[in-house]
Amino acid sequence: MIRAVIVMNTQGKPRFAKFYDFQPVEKQQELIRSVHGVLCSRAENVSNFVEAESIFGPDSRVVYKHFATLYFVFVFNSSENELAMLDLIQVFVETLDKCFKNVCELDLVFNYTKMHSILDEIISGGQVLETSSAEVVKAVEEISKLETASNSINFVSKTVSGWRG
Amino acid sequence: MNPFYSGTRLRDMIRAIRACKTAAEERAVIRKECAAIRASIDENDHDYRHRNLAKLMFIHMLGYPTHFGQMECLKLIASAGFPEKRIGYLGLMLLLDERQEVLMLVTNSLKQDLNHSNQYIVGLALCALGNICSAEMARDLAPEVERLLQFRDPNIRKKAALCSIRIIRKVPDLAENFVNPAASLLKEKHHGVMITGVQLCTELCKHSSEALEYFRKKSTEAMVKTLKDLVNSPYAPEYDIAGITDPFLHIRMLRFLRVLGQGDADASDCMNDILAQVATKTESNKNSGNAILYECVETIMSIEDSGGLRVLAINILGRFLSNRDNNIRYVALNMLMKAITVDAQAVQRHRTTILECVKDSDASIRKRALDLVYLLVNESNVKPLTKELIDFLEVADQEFKGDLTAKICSIVAKYSPEKIWYIDQMLKVLSEAGNFVKDEVWHALIVVISNASDLHGYTVRTLYRAFQRSSEQQESLLRVAVWCTGEYGDMLVNNIGMLDIEDPIVVTESDAVDVAETAIKRLGSDLTTKAMGMIALLKLSSRFPSCSERINNSIVQYKGSLVLELQQRSIEFNSIIASHQKMRSVLVERMPVLDEATFIGKRAGSMTGSASTSNAAAINLPNGVSKSSAPLVDLLDLSSDDVPVPSSSGGGFIQDLLGLDLSAAPEKSGSNPTPISGADVLLDLLSIGTSPPAQSTASATDILSNQEKSPTSQLDGLSSLSSLSANKPSAAVSSPTIDLLGGLSPNLASEDENGSVYPSIVAYESGSLRITFDFSKTAGSPQTTLILATFKNLSPNSYTDFIFQAAVPKFLQLHLDSASASTLPGSGNGSITQHLRVTNSQYGKKHLVMRLRIAYKVDDKDVLEEGQVSNFPRNL
Repeated sequence: MIRAVIVMNTQGKPRFAKFYDFQPVEKQQELIRSVHGVLCSRAENVSNFVEAESIFGPDSRVVYKHFATLYFVFVFNSSENELAMLDLIQVFVETLDKCFKNVCELDLVFNYTKMHSILDEIISGGQVLETSSAEVVKAVEEISKLETASNSINFVSKTVSGWRG
Repeated sequence: MNPFYSGTRLRDMIRAIRACKTAAEERAVIRKECAAIRASIDENDHDYRHRNLAKLMFIHMLGYPTHFGQMECLKLIASAGFPEKRIGYLGLMLLLDERQEVLMLVTNSLKQDLNHSNQYIVGLALCALGNICSAEMARDLAPEVERLLQFRDPNIRKKAALCSIRIIRKVPDLAENFVNPAASLLKEKHHGVMITGVQLCTELCKHSSEALEYFRKKSTEAMVKTLKDLVNSPYAPEYDIAGITDPFLHIRMLRFLRVLGQGDADASDCMNDILAQVATKTESNKNSGNAILYECVETIMSIEDSGGLRVLAINILGRFLSNRDNNIRYVALNMLMKAITVDAQAVQRHRTTILECVKDSDASIRKRALDLVYLLVNESNVKPLTKELIDFLEVADQEFKGDLTAKICSIVAKYSPEKIWYIDQMLKVLSEAGNFVKDEVWHALIVVISNASDLHGYTVRTLYRAFQRSSEQQESLLRVAVWCTGEYGDMLVNNIGMLDIEDPIVVTESDAVDVAETAIKRLGSDLTTKAMGMIALLKLSSRFPSCSERINNSIVQYKGSLVLELQQRSIEFNSIIASHQKMRSVLVERMPVLDEATFIGKRAGSMTGSASTSNAAAINLPNGVSKSSAPLVDLLDLSSDDVPVPSSSGGGFIQDLLGLDLSAAPEKSGSNPTPISGADVLLDLLSIGTSPPAQSTASATDILSNQEKSPTSQLDGLSSLSSLSANKPSAAVSSPTIDLLGGLSPNLASEDENGSVYPSIVAYESGSLRITFDFSKTAGSPQTTLILATFKNLSPNSYTDFIFQAAVPKFLQLHLDSASASTLPGSGNGSITQHLRVTNSQYGKKHLVMRLRIAYKVDDKDVLEEGQVSNFPRNL
């Protein structure tokens, strides 16, 4: 089971955090800080796996990928394949890239609810839901369409000018 | 809409937060925002609810409390619009916890949304339920989810499958309801449904043995066929990761097969072919291919034995180990760790590669590899493996050295084939990484050194060389070197006990003294090291009389030390050197062999936390050495091995250090303490701070009962003295304490004064040597016993350079006259005699006891024999 997905920048500012087993908000911050402490002290040419039992308790593994200014971190337990998790990060990032057209840190900052929608199409309740980024993008586009559709309905119903077009 | 509410837009809030330069500024901005949101919530302002919750989610991510927004989530979920519901469900998953009661209120909304005509709303509800479902919700909503497993849209089916996993995790009893719908998911063609369906089936097998049986029977073959199709499937671009078709599905299916095959030979048999195919056909130049191989290896290792496949699997891991990609090496080590329980032999074949990984530049890999190497060590490979590890110790990173040192020490201690090898390796470790060596490790080393009597000279010389070589001093190397120099300094200087492999070295007496002085003077030395240095100096003062003056001068310097321990040692040792020339050599003679069994037992005892009386006493030792002194005492003190040290005796520590008798303290506490006879200043000196009133009868009894419990090992150093007194026939008197307190002694003493004749005893007998003692008393001084020792050589060869030495506890004073000859002819033809004079300061209360050491040469070879005499006639 995947236990958490964390995105933070290289300074340690959280940009996205989703814990699949509940953690109180203070604990979340503490975990993010400890992970950042470990990650920023790692050299460039080392493996993507980190010994993290001291941070997340027994039977926990951490895999991360570093993209530009961001760390993408997946925390999971022994029932997941480590190498597959690495690929799943890749799928997640590719999907973000497709949804935001050349994703950068700022996109994530201002669109974190969209990011949640994207992740919810990839992982649900700690289990892998979908691994094709094309499928995910499709699902997210449907959601966005629904959002704007209902927004425009609101807009139309509330303003008279809408009728004039 | 409240016209007075002028909340900022979401974007503006994020900008404002990003513009903050300090944490305090950020807190202020957020406080203001939170206040506005609270106000808006209080007014039940539904137009801004959506925006407020979106803001709260951002604030939550930054780590601020947002509990006041929980009810807003529920309200948004209950509203009709899709955007409201979406943000409501997102908020629900982030801000609420399944344990909160407020969650119960959402069950109804969820039920409605699961039945909603808009499938995207159904999707939202399923996703939320999959994340936060509680046991109650699981019971209430299971029928809905079960129904959705057959929904027309695959996107809903796959979400329903994962939601089912959550439900059966919460309420395993519900598992049986899901078995049939889950089985039908396995027949799907849609990859997303397939992958979630396989996960659901795996989960069901975990929770219900009936489900496991069902799937084993019905689905094993189908699963094998599906996997075969997938492996041979043509290129499917949408599920392609780096040229491999849907590695995730591969992995899930392999995992499911593992569950089915584990513990079932038929099912395992059924999947052999496909596993072999995956293992051989999957491309291994990409991460995703390796992920599949890795999963396949784990499945092969877990299902029922098929020798051929296992070899294949371990070879795949072997290939992984030499892969350039760090990640692949890392997972290979992980898997080998598991494989070692299945097939240790096969893993051993990759030993060299694994050893290379210990030197990897990646800390995660190094740690894994070291753990694995540790598991691989056995008697046959310990030497080369240890050599590699120690060589690597030189260049290892500082942060890795601690781990590495601990592992090496543990390996060396566990598998060492011979003592000299053990000592050699430990000395290397001490020189390279002495600062990382744990206390118990070097304590153990000293015990081993002490027991290896033929290696004393070799060890002290090697240590001296290591000491000279090491530039930055490693504390534990220094300690061991100082201890050995103190004990075996004469062997160092005179090149005694040379082994063939050694080159002789020239060390002067003053060089040896330098070692001990370094320990005290060095800036970084801690108290234990300094105290050990002091003792070494004292010992050397007797070994090298010519340096005595110089040693005394350096000891005196610490008379004013602010550290009580050093000050006391300085004063006491100074007094010994200056005023007690005669007894000094007896006091500071070489330590008797430390008892390995006791030490190991004690270590085990202290590890399990069941501190025996003697342990507790040792820890309570006074003089401010508290923590570090305890093991030190154990090492230096022979008596404390099985005689409990009365914890309230102030001078006990020094007594312990010098290996003198301890039961003196409780005895003195008796109701009629006898005045100490003779001008035994030393006794006074050594028992400073002994506080008789503090000794209650209770503690004396306690000590006694302890002695009775401890096995009376007559060979076990002076300690048996006390057990001896406890085992005397007179102990038959109902209260054993009386004996201990000397209550019975007067009439026995009167017997002595009649000048009775004492029987001769055989004090010592080995295969080759017999020593007999004859006793006599001089009139008027009953405390003094004259002993005539007669040595007979029972072996055919004659002994040359015959030297007899004796040691007695501190309540005795011993004077040795010179022996009648130094050559002892063989076969009992002739003997050597030597006169001894023993004065018993506790005459009438305590009995004689003595340790013997006999050194001689046979055919130019040194022989050393040691023994203890405890069968002296009573009342001497």
